[in-house]
Amino acid sequence: MKVHVLFFARARDLAGCESVEISLPDNACVGDVRDSLAARFPGLAPLLPAMFLALDNEYVDDRAAMREGCTVACFPPVSGG
Amino acid sequence: MPDPAARLVELTREPIDTAALLAFVNTPECGAVVLFLGTVRELTGDKRTVALDYDAYPEMATSKMHELIDETVARWDVRRAAIVHRLGHLELGEASVAIAVSCPHRRAAFEAGQFLIDEFKVRVPVWKKENWADGTTEWVHPGLEGT
Repeated sequence: MKVHVLFFARARDLAGCESVEISLPDNACVGDVRDSLAARFPGLAPLLPAMFLALDNEYVDDRAAMREGCTVACFPPVSGG
Repeated sequence: MPDPAARLVELTREPIDTAALLAFVNTPECGAVVLFLGTVRELTGDKRTVALDYDAYPEMATSKMHELIDETVARWDVRRAAIVHRLGHLELGEASVAIAVSCPHRRAAFEAGQFLIDEFKVRVPVWKKENWADGTTEWVHPGLEGT
């Protein structure tokens, strides 16, 4: 399945782009997105364990199941306020 | 808080109109209004800030701001609530975030306002980038300092 990944803040700087499409097996989970991003973006890889991966606007853990066409946002700890 | 008009959630690139927020939350059934402003501070330890840039994941940030208000009205007798966060470039002293709540009595208003800003800062996907006085810039990501 195709998954749309968005990057924010320092994750965007390290990835060098705002978003990317990745292909994953049909039974993929969010942890597979993390692995895929680590392989594709070496500059981002060291900090990926500290990044949040939000699935369709919700915080999830790496076991969460992906769906065709879903959006995953990759971002570091937040600092609003 | 069943009336959807009783809440205001917004991300804006304009200066925050605090008078409009106070007018929004003020209602005759309430005897207490609390307004919190987060403002751009010059000193962090011994480092000097000249400006901040804020960015957000707007869809998720808006969703999380609504979620925070849902939780707040479930815990306190809040009749109206507003959360506004500014994005873009902010100079020293400007307000980056405003939270306003109104309640019949003050204790609930203080507690609800404190809850909203505390939870905002750990849950809502908004980020600040420091523009330090030495000309460097740096995203602020709690826990990732020095990486």
